This record gives sequence, C-alpha cells and structure tokens, in this order.
Amino acid sequence: MSTSTARPADALRDGDSAPQAPPSAAAKKIGGVAGWVDDRTGAAKPVGYLMKKVFPDHWSFMLGEIAMYSMIICLITGAFLTFWFVPSAGHTIYDGSYVPLRGVAMSEAYKSTLDISFDIKGGLVIRQIHHWAALMFIVALTVHMFRVFFTGAFRKPREINWVIGSVLALLAIIEGFAGYSLPDDLLSGTGIRAMAGFVQTAPVIGSYLVYGIFGGPFPGEMIIPRLYSAHVLLIPAILIGLFTAHIGLVFVQKHTQFPGPGRTNENVVGYPVMPVYAAKAGGFFFIVFGVIALISALVQINPVWAYGPYDPSPVTAGSQPDWYMGFADGALRLLPGWLEFHFWGFTLSLNIALGALVLLPLVYTVLGIYPFVERWVTGDEREHHLLDRPRNAPTRTAIGMAGITAYTVFMFAAGNDIMAIKLGMSINDITWFFRIGLFVLPPIAFWVTKRICLSLQRRDRDTVLHGRESGTIIRTPGGRFFERHEAGLPEEQWVLVQHDAVSPLQLEAEVDEHGVARPAHRKDKVRAALSRFYFSDAVNPVTPAELAAAHHHGHETEAIEGTHAAEIETGSRDDDLVRRIE
Amino acid sequence: MNEQDTPTTGSEVATGDGHGQAVRLDEGHVVGQGGIPERFTNPGLPHHVPRMADLDEAAAQRAEKQVATLFGISILGTLLFLVLYFLVDVNETVYVPGIGATSAANVGLGVTLAMSLLGIGFGAVHWAKTLMPDTEVVEERHPMRATDADRSRVVQVLSEGGASSQITRRPLIKYTLGGALALFPLGLVFQVGGSLGKLPQKSLSLTWWNGGPSGPGEIPEFKPLRLMKDPENQPIKASDITIGSVVHVMPEGLLPDPKTQEGGAEHLLEEKAKAAVLLMRLDPSQIKSQKELDWGYQGIVAYSKICTHVGCPVGLYEQQTHHLLCPCHQSTFDVTQDCKVIFGPAKRPLPQLKITVDDEGYLVSTQPFREAVGPSFWERGQ
Repeated sequence: MSTSTARPADALRDGDSAPQAPPSAAAKKIGGVAGWVDDRTGAAKPVGYLMKKVFPDHWSFMLGEIAMYSMIICLITGAFLTFWFVPSAGHTIYDGSYVPLRGVAMSEAYKSTLDISFDIKGGLVIRQIHHWAALMFIVALTVHMFRVFFTGAFRKPREINWVIGSVLALLAIIEGFAGYSLPDDLLSGTGIRAMAGFVQTAPVIGSYLVYGIFGGPFPGEMIIPRLYSAHVLLIPAILIGLFTAHIGLVFVQKHTQFPGPGRTNENVVGYPVMPVYAAKAGGFFFIVFGVIALISALVQINPVWAYGPYDPSPVTAGSQPDWYMGFADGALRLLPGWLEFHFWGFTLSLNIALGALVLLPLVYTVLGIYPFVERWVTGDEREHHLLDRPRNAPTRTAIGMAGITAYTVFMFAAGNDIMAIKLGMSINDITWFFRIGLFVLPPIAFWVTKRICLSLQRRDRDTVLHGRESGTIIRTPGGRFFERHEAGLPEEQWVLVQHDAVSPLQLEAEVDEHGVARPAHRKDKVRAALSRFYFSDAVNPVTPAELAAAHHHGHETEAIEGTHAAEIETGSRDDDLVRRIE
Repeated sequence: MNEQDTPTTGSEVATGDGHGQAVRLDEGHVVGQGGIPERFTNPGLPHHVPRMADLDEAAAQRAEKQVATLFGISILGTLLFLVLYFLVDVNETVYVPGIGATSAANVGLGVTLAMSLLGIGFGAVHWAKTLMPDTEVVEERHPMRATDADRSRVVQVLSEGGASSQITRRPLIKYTLGGALALFPLGLVFQVGGSLGKLPQKSLSLTWWNGGPSGPGEIPEFKPLRLMKDPENQPIKASDITIGSVVHVMPEGLLPDPKTQEGGAEHLLEEKAKAAVLLMRLDPSQIKSQKELDWGYQGIVAYSKICTHVGCPVGLYEQQTHHLLCPCHQSTFDVTQDCKVIFGPAKRPLPQLKITVDDEGYLVSTQPFREAVGPSFWERGQ
C-alpha cells in the first residue's frame, strides 16, 4: 500500500545522501576489472546492493561476530595442524625433544601432538591459538544466543535462524569434544573412556553402539581416525553450511535493531557496509585474532605433555572436560545412583543416560522450540524487527535467567572436586548443595529477575511521568512554590514508551451464543493460563493520556517542600493501577 | 495486500522537530476529549553531532597519523615475527614475569603475531571511527512475505508441472518411484553400519581373568592367574602386602616385559581397560562383609579398578577411611563394606576378584569376576 512513497524517516536530516563525485582514475581501473567479471557473471547488481547494505550498530551485535571470527580462526589454524598431526593409534616409541617422555610407548597421535608442541617452530602457538579460539567460539556463540534470546530477536520472521543457531551451538560442542579427544593424552583418553561408558548405557542397543563407534572393544585403534574424520571433515562441513545459511538469512531479513528515535519496525538505521562496516568488521576480525594470539602466547592451555599417553589403568585427579562439556559432566555427578534399574536380567542406567544421552539433545530441543511456544502463547503473528529491551519482556527474561541458572548449577557441579579441594569443604556437602540448588535456585532466579524487570519498568514510567523539568520555578499568589514541568516527551525518553502495551489473552466463553460447547476449549484454557503467566502483572508504557493526566493532577502542584504533592502523586499512580487492572 | 503492510502501532514517525503531530487517524488512536493520541509518536532520528575530525582538519590529520602508526606497528610486528622465527631456537626457554619460565618461541612468535594482527585491527577500527562518515543511514524494510501473486504462481507452476508429468494419473510410476527412493539408502546404510566393527558378543562380560584374551568371539578357559604388579609385571607375595597398602594389579600374562616391551596381550589397552584390579590389605576385623573376607586372603582383597559408573579408573584410595573415590564423577566406594557405593552417581559395588595364595605364597585368582566389570549395559545381567 503506502510503502512506495518515501517515508518521513528517510529524509529526517539534511545530508543523509553522499554527494556524487566524478570517478577517479583508480576507480576507472577497478571498473575495468570489475567490468570484465560483470560481463561474465552479472555480479554488479548484487555486489552494489550488498556494499550499501545498512547494518545497525550496537556492542552486543559484535558477539555473533566474535563467534564467526573464532570459527574462521579455528579453520585456519586447524588446517595448519593437519599438516603435522598423525591421526593414528598406531604404537610408537617417543624420541623427540621433550626429555621426560623419551622412550615411552605411545600412540602416533600423541607423539605427533608432542612434536607440534616441541619440535615444530611456532607449532605450539598455532595449537594454542586453535584451542583458545575453539573455547572463545563456544563462549561467544553462547553469549550471542543470550543476546538474541533476551532481546526477542528470535521472533517472527527469525525463528528459522534461531533453530539453525541452536543446531550450530550443539554441533560446536560436539566438534570441540572431538578435537579435544584427538591428542590421545591421558586426560582426553579418560574423556573418551567416559564417552564409551555413556554410549554403552543406551537402552537395548548400547553395547552394539559402543562397539560400532570404537570398531570393537574400547579403546581399539579406530576411534582416533574416526574422530579425526568427524572433526576435520564431517562436522566442519555441516557447521560451515549451516553458518552460511545463518549469515545469509541475516542478510535477507536485515539485522534487527534496538528501539530509538527514528528507528521503526519498517526501517534499519545504521552504517553501510562500504566503507564503515568493511573497516569496522574487517578490523574486528584482526582484533579477535590478535587477542587470541596474545592469550595463546602468554597463557598455556591443555599441556598434553604433562598428562602422559593414554592408558586405561592410571588416571589424573581432578579430571575436567573443557568448559562447554561441564554442564553434562556436572549432571552426571549430580544424578543419584538409584536411577539405575535392574529387571528381568536387563539393566537400565538412567543415572547415566539422563545426563549423558538425554540432557544435551534436550537442552537444544527446548531452546529450539522456545520461539514457537512464545508465539503460541502471545498469538503474535506480526514481524518483529525492533528488539525488546529485556525488562519489557519480564517473563521471558525471567525464564532465560532461570535456564541460565540451571545450566550454571550443572556447570559448577562439574567442578565439585576442585571446589572441595580449594575450599577445604566436604565434596558430599557440595554435591548435595548443587542437587538441591538445581531445583531451588532456578525458581529464585526467575522470581528475582521478574521483580527486577517490573521494577525497572516502573522506574521508566516514573521517569516519563515526572515530565521534563523546565527549570522554571513558579510562585503562586498563595505563596507556594512549584516547578513547571513541560508536557512534551523528551527525545531521549522515546525509548521508554515505544514498546507495545500487553495484556493477557481473554478466555472466550465455554459455550457459544447458541449454548454449544466450543471444541477447542481445553487448549484455549491452557493458552489463556500461559498468557496470564506471561502478562498478568505486565507494567505497560506510559501513554500520552497518562502523561497529560500526570501533569494536570500531579506536577503542576508539586511543591518544592511539603508532602501534599507526594500524596497526589501516589494518588495518580493508583489511578494508573486501576486503569491497568480495568 | 497482507497483514505486514499495516504498520504496527507506534511506528509513526514525526517530522523533524521532535514534536510532530503525525497520528494515524485511520487506526482510531484518538481517545476521548482533547484529541490525545493513544501512543507517543517516534521523534525521528536525532541530529548528527559532528566529530572533531569532521570540523577541524588538524584533528583529522592527527587521526590519520594515529591510524598510520597502528598500521606501522602491525608491519613492525610481522618483521619481528620473521626475525624471531629464524633467531629463536624451538627449545629455548625464557623467563616472563608473572608467567615463569616458558617457551621462548611460543611467547615471541605469539606476541609478535598478535602485534601484527592487532595493529591492523585497531588501525582499521580507529580509521572508521574518526574519519569515515558517521551519519546514520536509513534503509527501508519490506515484509519477508512474497506477494500473493508470486505465491499463487509457485503453487500453479508446481501443480501444473506435477500434472504434466502425469504422476497423479499413473500410480504405477508413483508407487515404484516411492519404493525405489525409500529403499536405495539401505545399501549404503548397511554397508557402513554393518562394517563399523566387531559385535560385542560376550566380550563385555569377560576379562583376562577368565583365563586369557577376552575379545569378541574369544571364550577363554579358566585357569588360576597370578596377580601381577603393574607396571613391574612381578608376582606378589601375600606376605609383602602390609596393612594399609594398595597395589595396582594386572593378571598374569597380560603385561609385556617392562624392559623389552615384548610379550603380553595382543590387544593390550583393550585388556587393561577391563582387567585392572586394585589390591588392598585391611585389618580383617575392619571388614564388615563375610563374603569379602571369604573372597580375600587374610584381609587382602582385590577389586576391579574400573568404575561401575562410566568406566574411569577408580584412582583415589583413602587409607584412613578405606574409601575408594573415582576422580571422574566422585562415586565413593567403601572397601570395608564390599565396595558398596556410599556416595555419588554409581549404583553397583565394584566387583570383587576371589583370590588365594598358591604353593609358592604368591597371590592368585581362584575364579574370574562373577559379573561384568565397568559401566552398565542393557544385557549385562544375561
């Protein structure tokens, strides 16, 4: 309908469009090469479009960038490592330059990892960059996921991209585990031993599954080459494919933006790719790479030479996985033994299967379906390109915080032995604290977060209702003083009132006007109950009418001293409440 | 027209001065008296505030020099990297305050690499922030949805294409094609699935203590085996085990000669992963289980070292409390109570190996483990 006409926001300021400059000699030269390519591909149109594409600016939008760059750094350094790493469990005797291990029998995989660390110049720094970048990748994508969740960026039309992102997050963890296991040192070998135990507990097919994966009894000689194939070929191929779709959808759907003056659901306000984002994002790649290189130069990670080669009999105390596996490992530490059942000669080990085989897919399934649940509850079919401020979606924010709390409890539970040693406490007490905490802490986190969000929303209302202080003190004939507040909304307060007012969905009558029971009634009841859960205590933004009322009843008589005005203000607040309840 | 064409409420944008009156009357926002709109109007983009470098050429030149310096640092970093690469020996160590002695090549190459990368990164970002245009640009969004005409054309193309292929009219083709497509992956699935590895057969329930190699398809015949110290591969005299001591044990014949690395099991790690045993000597009066006493020898008891949770070696023995602790998930077993689980996620006690002494006074097994060692699996009770 009216989209063809220029929108007011497009011409808000003079000088928004850059002046046309005549092409320079260099530009003509580029034009010659580009023309040759365009003659054969017709690339000028899409490239021209992409180069002037606008991206909004916000620090939190860099989190996904960090994840993307860390992944690219992993690809680059990973390619380097393949030149020296030997993915074989074949037996060999070490004769390299790390003296303590000379003459020790070990696998080729472990020996070549030692060679990368001690005999190839710069090999250690490349290996450390690879490991640090992998950790950074998963940290960044996790925090990126938090940002997307708490700002509601997963809402229509971006549900598909949220699902792709969830799959990417899961794959990144599996990819990390596969890579971590490759050096075949004692620590990672113990990790594989535990993994074999997990798989073995799968009901009915467990022992066949584990013999299939390991090509026979654990550990066998197949697991290293198979993990290698998964780590350098299968999973990266899927990762890169999904990542391309992920970033492609960002281009197609255009990036979301935070609300602000001039930003609407129908525009994108920001900077063009050429030149600003080309420089900023390109430069940021080098910053991420540089920071990881610096960390790798100064902070040691995974010193495999200290652990020795894998042997199923010895073990190191304080065995810890990389951080992203912590939550699954923590779950295994918390699950009580009585969840193993024996019946008719069969064994069902839910104490392991729940934590090792169910939890990981479950977490990512719940994540993946969340947008669809919220859309069903809110009944919101609109496209959303403006982000929510987390406080303006208190229930969603509280759900997110409860989820993060549960995840954190699991993750810290994986360090219960370290905590027991460092804090000098009983490991049994710590484990029990986490077991109880898993059920108690998330609801507390939910409640606290929700109260904080509602309070912040109320403060936003108060800020707006207070009005703009004019600095003009007026003295009434009766001798009272008050400050005049102006009725207009200051530009910087737009962000406090821009969001939609919300209210719970109303339950329709159980029977229609003819007295016939409506068939979908039970489903509607659930939906209305969930809607109340989300919105029954919603604090809605100030409306112009409320602001005007506040000025009529409140601030014009706001005395600089005295309690009268405060009473009036409270009164007007009560009026607001009454209106909202109505 | 579709639903997204209707702008959401609150998306109206005022013109310029920040106090615009633009309200969409067609949405019925105006309530009651006074014509007060239901929502505030978007005040529009704030005015652009020019930066120092936009106004002052001297500031712009300063920024230019800063950017050039950063790029210069990058060049220097790369050159230093090359110098260090050829200068520093791979095994040289260097003392770095706060870190200690560390690999000189790692620190030197890593820091110079970081210099060459960060110089480019910070230079480019500084350039963008100080000199490139910082006026915000507005791009319009369009609904993701294609037009109704495009949608119906897709439906039409597909249905017409389907009809012209006659698939709906010729069920024979339809069903044979469906069957062929459904079946063809089977060949590939069976190739990979069937060839992944040996089937477990009895091997998860057998160990070297059953008399020898216990891999899939091998049914060892039981013979008493001496308990051998790991890794020395020496038999153990009962009289050498003092109260409170703990010994890592493997069955006779499994370990290779510790000096020549010859002999031993063909599948060494696989056998070790099942056969590892911990030998402990307790004061017999402390042992509360009669079976444990009967299966041991004068307070010397042997238990599988493989955790019944997920199979980590149960590596930590607390001499005072006689508790065995698995370092992976902290399952705790009480050796005085037949290694039953007293804390942690494991369910089953560690299996005990029945031992005695032979004619020469060496410890020897009298029967294999009576149940599968290590983590649970579905058919372990069969």
